[in-house]
Amino acid sequence: MNQVPTPDLAGLRARYPQIFERPFSARLAVPAMVSVALAVFVFGLVDLQFSPTRFVSGLRQLSWITFMMLPPDPGSSLPLYLKALGETLSIALLGTTLAAVFALPVSLLAARNIVPDIFRFPVRRFLDSIRGVDTLIWALVWINVVGLGPFAGVLAIAVSDFGAFGKLFSEAIEAADNKQVDAVRAAGGNALHEIRFGLMPQVLPVIAGQVPYFFESNTRSATIIGIVGAGGIGLQLAEQIRVLEWQKVSFLILMILIAVAAIDRISGKLRFAIIGRRAVI
Amino acid sequence: MTSGISILPSQQLAALNDAYRKAVARRRLRFALGAALFVAALAIASIGAEMNLRTLFAHFGNFISYFDRILKLDDGSRVWINAGEWLWGWRKWLRLLGETLLISYVGTLTGAVLAFVLNFFAAENTSPGPWWSFVVRRLLEFARTVPSIVFALIFVIAFGLGPMAGVLAIAIHSTGALGKLFSEVVENANMKPVEGVRATGANWISCMRFAVVPQVIAGYASYALLRFEINVREASVMGFVGAGGIGQELIEAIRKFYYSDVSAILVTIIVTVFIIDIGTGWLRGLLFGREART
Repeated sequence: MNQVPTPDLAGLRARYPQIFERPFSARLAVPAMVSVALAVFVFGLVDLQFSPTRFVSGLRQLSWITFMMLPPDPGSSLPLYLKALGETLSIALLGTTLAAVFALPVSLLAARNIVPDIFRFPVRRFLDSIRGVDTLIWALVWINVVGLGPFAGVLAIAVSDFGAFGKLFSEAIEAADNKQVDAVRAAGGNALHEIRFGLMPQVLPVIAGQVPYFFESNTRSATIIGIVGAGGIGLQLAEQIRVLEWQKVSFLILMILIAVAAIDRISGKLRFAIIGRRAVI
Repeated sequence: MTSGISILPSQQLAALNDAYRKAVARRRLRFALGAALFVAALAIASIGAEMNLRTLFAHFGNFISYFDRILKLDDGSRVWINAGEWLWGWRKWLRLLGETLLISYVGTLTGAVLAFVLNFFAAENTSPGPWWSFVVRRLLEFARTVPSIVFALIFVIAFGLGPMAGVLAIAIHSTGALGKLFSEVVENANMKPVEGVRATGANWISCMRFAVVPQVIAGYASYALLRFEINVREASVMGFVGAGGIGQELIEAIRKFYYSDVSAILVTIIVTVFIIDIGTGWLRGLLFGREART
């Protein structure tokens, strides 16, 4: 049998004191953080009027609702719902396209390698504030401007995506290789030529890959903006929930799930077709 | 100046040029077809969405003047000239903003804990059985595809008006979203430590606790912080359907045309979102070093 050498504990302890004797503060850090997080959580439960009795009675109510939802049944309004779903998809497609078209020129103004920082900074903050406001709020604002209906929904999605696209596109532009721009300049091109022939061929495939992805996420957003009156299937959904027609509600939710899954498939295929299978991260 | 470029014989050149022209023509045709399809889809969509450029042009002035109006006080002066008058309700709004933050905090934490429990069942490499992973995955998918505001609408009826419905809606949606991200982190984890722990005779729970969790906990915390940022935005509109937070106040101001209140509440929401974004970014940097900050 081999003798396992006993480690020289005293020597190790002397050489690496920070491993053997962790300072009190370091050992306390994790429990302190966890207890602070828990304390805020409990304070939140109390402040938001959680009570076990309310929770239990709510759960009972919820299971009754779930029971009432089965089986999903559209009644006689299936054509109406299909039309509303088409409206939702239209809102998503138009909103995404409008946002992409308007965001492209603005994103140039927000890119570090095109404009100096003094101009870039306000454009960035502007895009950030647009993104800080939820799509539903934009929908409410547009309803005040163009009236109830899907058109307000299109504009709401276009504006809130404009903020997101502006940021993403400008990041894509900043990541582009500057050598091609140099080459265009060396060949005698002006600033617009540099953007058109040096930057755009690099940036457009990235953008084309991101837009279908947003189309999918906008389909989700477009299903809910109807809740505030901006058209699409959300309007029907909110109405049926308010009048407690649970079978129709579950049918509408099912329709949304299927539509989102289908769009997810299609947009995935589209992305692969545009940018090739390998480039997808 | 002598040129170093050798020019091919004309026959060879003609063949190459021909092939090049054909390739370009094929690409152009494909692009034109794609563009035509896209334009057709847009045309159908604009009929479906009752889109109409004339209304847009007719009303675009309204959009600009709407922002002009919300930045004006009742007496016609600009809001920033009399900030005290503009932010007259700041006590109430700050309290409601605090409630919004609490809703998103409690919702995110509940969702993160549920996702933490569920994701080991959903991940391919740690799931106790294929049935578990199938069922849990479908559950998570459902929770993340139904928008949180739809959950809120239903919960308001089941649990009554108030922030509780908002918290539960955000918790369920976060469970779905985080559960997927968490299980992806677990699937990327190194399985050698699990073998090591299992070799000592440990059961499944010990394997997860001592071999998987130490590898993935940093990724979990990072995703949960990101989710918190998103949930602050979502909680700000929960009040639209009566599920608590500042949304109730905002929708009233918009619907009743209290113009200066709309801008005041919007500004407080935007500032809060900025602060939360910067704060969580700083916290992520502090916890996981610079590379996790993206």
